[in-house]
Amino acid sequence: MELFKKYPKLFQWIFLLIVFFALCFAIDVPETYKFIRGQAEFVKDPNQSTFVFLGKEVRYYAFDVFWRLPPLLGWLPIWINDSLFFLMNDWMPMEFWNEDTQEYKTRPLVLQITRNLTAFMTFLIELIREILLGGLETIVAFTSWDWIDANPWAELPGLPWTIVAAGSAILAYKLGGRGLAIFAGLAMTYISIFGQWKPSMQTLSFILVAAPLSFIFGLSLGIAAFKSKRVEKALYPILLVMQTMPQYAVLVPALVLFGVGDHAAVIITMIVAVPPMILLTLLGLRAVPPEVIEAGRMSGCNNWQLMFKVLIPTARRDILIGVNQVIMVCFSMAVISAFIGAKGLGFNLLLALNQLNIGLALEAGLCISLIAILLDKMSLAWANKQVDYFGNLNFFQRNKNSLFFGLIIIVGIALAYFGSIYFKDGYNYLFEVPHNKGISTAGFWNKGVDWIFDTFFVYIKAFNTWLIVEVLQPMRALYLRMPAIATIVLVVGAGYLIGGTRSALVVCGLTLFIALSPWWDRALVTTYMATFGVIVSCIIGFTVGTLCFQNKHFTKFMLNVCDIFQTFPSFVYLIPVMMLFGITDTSVLIAVIVYATIPATRYTIEGLRSVPSGLHDAATMSGVTKFQRLFKIEFPLAFPHMMLGLNQTIVFALFMVIIGAFIGTEDLGQYILKALSDKKGAGIGLTLGICVAFIGLIFDNLIRTWVDKRKKHLGID
Amino acid sequence: MSEPVIKCESVYKIFGENAKTMLKEANGNVDAKTFQENGCIVGVNNASFEVSKGEMLVVMGLSGSGKSTLLRCISRLTDATGGKIFIEGQDLLNLNNKELIDLRRNKMGMVFQSFALLPHKTVVENIAFPLQIKGINTDESINKAMDMVKLVGLDGRENYFPRELSGGQQQRVGIARSLAVEPDIWFLDEPFSALDPLIRKEMQDEFLRLQEKLQKTIMFITHDFDEALKLADRIAIMKDGIIEQLDTPANIVLNPATEYVRKFTEEVPREKVLLIADVMDSTTTEDIGDLKVTKDEIIENVAEKILTQEKTVAVIDNNNKIVGSINPTKIINTVFGGRKNNN
Repeated sequence: MELFKKYPKLFQWIFLLIVFFALCFAIDVPETYKFIRGQAEFVKDPNQSTFVFLGKEVRYYAFDVFWRLPPLLGWLPIWINDSLFFLMNDWMPMEFWNEDTQEYKTRPLVLQITRNLTAFMTFLIELIREILLGGLETIVAFTSWDWIDANPWAELPGLPWTIVAAGSAILAYKLGGRGLAIFAGLAMTYISIFGQWKPSMQTLSFILVAAPLSFIFGLSLGIAAFKSKRVEKALYPILLVMQTMPQYAVLVPALVLFGVGDHAAVIITMIVAVPPMILLTLLGLRAVPPEVIEAGRMSGCNNWQLMFKVLIPTARRDILIGVNQVIMVCFSMAVISAFIGAKGLGFNLLLALNQLNIGLALEAGLCISLIAILLDKMSLAWANKQVDYFGNLNFFQRNKNSLFFGLIIIVGIALAYFGSIYFKDGYNYLFEVPHNKGISTAGFWNKGVDWIFDTFFVYIKAFNTWLIVEVLQPMRALYLRMPAIATIVLVVGAGYLIGGTRSALVVCGLTLFIALSPWWDRALVTTYMATFGVIVSCIIGFTVGTLCFQNKHFTKFMLNVCDIFQTFPSFVYLIPVMMLFGITDTSVLIAVIVYATIPATRYTIEGLRSVPSGLHDAATMSGVTKFQRLFKIEFPLAFPHMMLGLNQTIVFALFMVIIGAFIGTEDLGQYILKALSDKKGAGIGLTLGICVAFIGLIFDNLIRTWVDKRKKHLGID
Repeated sequence: MSEPVIKCESVYKIFGENAKTMLKEANGNVDAKTFQENGCIVGVNNASFEVSKGEMLVVMGLSGSGKSTLLRCISRLTDATGGKIFIEGQDLLNLNNKELIDLRRNKMGMVFQSFALLPHKTVVENIAFPLQIKGINTDESINKAMDMVKLVGLDGRENYFPRELSGGQQQRVGIARSLAVEPDIWFLDEPFSALDPLIRKEMQDEFLRLQEKLQKTIMFITHDFDEALKLADRIAIMKDGIIEQLDTPANIVLNPATEYVRKFTEEVPREKVLLIADVMDSTTTEDIGDLKVTKDEIIENVAEKILTQEKTVAVIDNNNKIVGSINPTKIINTVFGGRKNNN
């Protein structure tokens, strides 16, 4: 009894677990239940029951309510889909003037809007792409094809790669100094020489369109949210869901609204990239000291002056960190958008992976990683750069970079011209190294992969089999064996114990949505894969983080490694694992583990570092040993922050599991991938995406609530 | 006397949702406790006072006493919940946004505790900021700002960024910025609290020098009673949003109105604060010595001279005319007498 009084929470948790397991054992697997293999749900089974909701027929197996809840939300994807189609094809038909046919035509409003938007985006992308690579489309947009035929000289020539490479080096120099400039120059030269110039510039032009637009939208919405509580409240849930939604689930509805291609990809990229910009703008504006705002007001600023002359310049760093986020999200979307036909490096990567040409995939992946690091370092350097004073410099000193760039342009053009004479019959290598005419290392890599397979095949296979048979399959069976009611009791109970009624209600709502959707089984599989990944990642991350923390140099090194790995688009991680483990669940899980270990390590180190040095000294003076200090002081205090790391680890793991569908899994991700090629997939894709987001949000809610409480209890912030 | 520059008539500032209606129902009888039970916090409670031209009013109070809130009501950085505020006869609370901005651009300057400089602008650009906001062109505003740089003694550092300056220097920039538009009214919100003691003293002296030259109408907020005594023409002591006492430094030290005020005055070295004029008898006796002291001397400076006298000492004004007398025992009584703890 005394023990009970001392640890009331512990007993509540034990009680919850007892109830959970009792439910698991009490509820038998119904005889009609079977785990439906992919695609099977489209075939009508005589055992299935149906119901009609809002005119939609929904089929389901008549399960025991305790075992699996009936998919009462089965109408939702169908309904979303039909609504979208109705919006696109039948809603508000209006007369629109058609430039091409010179007549009025009846078109639904939404269709017209999306088509115009699409045309605008296409124009922007083409414009930038042709500045970088040359082409006709932009001039055509202002004139006509006939005019081009009459004036064959009118073509944007494109910039020679030498100019772009030198230009990026100068920009890098201006932002971050000599080291960054050398890196930029070398990276661009590498890309050119190894024949990846064209796809790289395609990807870059995509980012050059998507990032500024996302920045403008994000900044405006961030300002609006800062100004008005109501806007903030309206935006908040969307921001929350968008942060945990796998990027690639958003692709599906975009397909319906905007079709296939770069323009659709840009629009959808904006939808993904705007939320972090909003959040960071809001954060930055909030962090402006109130006295600075008052100083602005007392200087007689009106609202406009206050925003643009006081608030935004003061919040400069946070806003630029937002720009960094926007660029990185745009880049990873540029890669993933290959699924809906965006051109560039992502497309080449996808193609190579589809053909199982690991060498080609590695080449594209390397370029992607290089550009990612370059973009990340440059935008971060921009954010961290302090304003300099230019008042007492002369014209040349002030404009040396632009003058130098002007010189580079002249030299570059001269070189290209010289090249056109020198390489008279072949390709002008000083203008652009054509795709696949550069140095290719694909053969070398492919041989390497073959060698690895020949040499280690037996061991890899044995490891694979062991993992799948001994660990993964039993784990999956256990997850699938959970009756729905038991899962809900567990989750809601945990919510109640951690955050009280409010938390319990929130997680209950999120879980019910998934349970009532037709994909509960898939969600369980996703959760099992994510759980496995998270457990291993956390063990690795916490161990590595703690070990590195013992030495200042290791700490710094590890954080840098984390930074670099985090910039890679998740898709890139699939290349090496496919190279080593082929197409199996193991590959996906290893990619998940590698990807999710990044936040686990980073947050462990940061958490340990955030322990105040005063406490450190106080502990040392009480005569603790290193281990005592670690376990009695540092871990307890760093634990809340480490739990936030766990939260991130879960989100990262979920993202990777979903992307892993590309290799072949049987979870929600696989269904999203299928929805991509399904004409009526928009509703399914979106609902599935929301399901994944909700899995993430359940954990997010529980962990965050716990961390907030714990932090308050410990008095740290 | 001419019209007061700042005039407050029972100003209230109450934070909370139903503040306005509750204030109306309270009918001028605001009790902080009952308000707090209803979810409202009383910031300023029935503040009435006037500040005349060229006068420096120091508002002194501990943290949470509502002194900064009062200042923000008068600069209208927050809107007062009740009462009336007049700036040179204009009803501040009835100004529309444009008139308010006009007022701030031309009549008011403010200095902040944490300096509140714009991190992306140099010293001279920071100082020129209010001028540029007004619409003055760059060259003219920079020229004007350079005068201000010289006034606060930062010449040679005008192209530094705030991050490159020490706290004292940053506050000099803050002072220069607040003076750039040549305001008549100068608000200072704990301007020296964030500075080290030595720098603080230096800045206080500098501030007195500036005020001697500029003769602004000043509201100065501080939590430091010694600072208040040193600078003020008059001091308002606040507690829980209420002005406990508003009087000259001498009167506050000699006649504290409430127990709360008395606690502050206990530790004050009176000989350093009081003038001869504050303690002299305005009657002159026959039995007067040869020594004469001016009435505006601080006691400390002349105490030794007076205490060596056996007779009463004559007090003269600036024109050498005898205006009163002071007895050595009076000095002893003033400095050592009348304090509870010294018994």
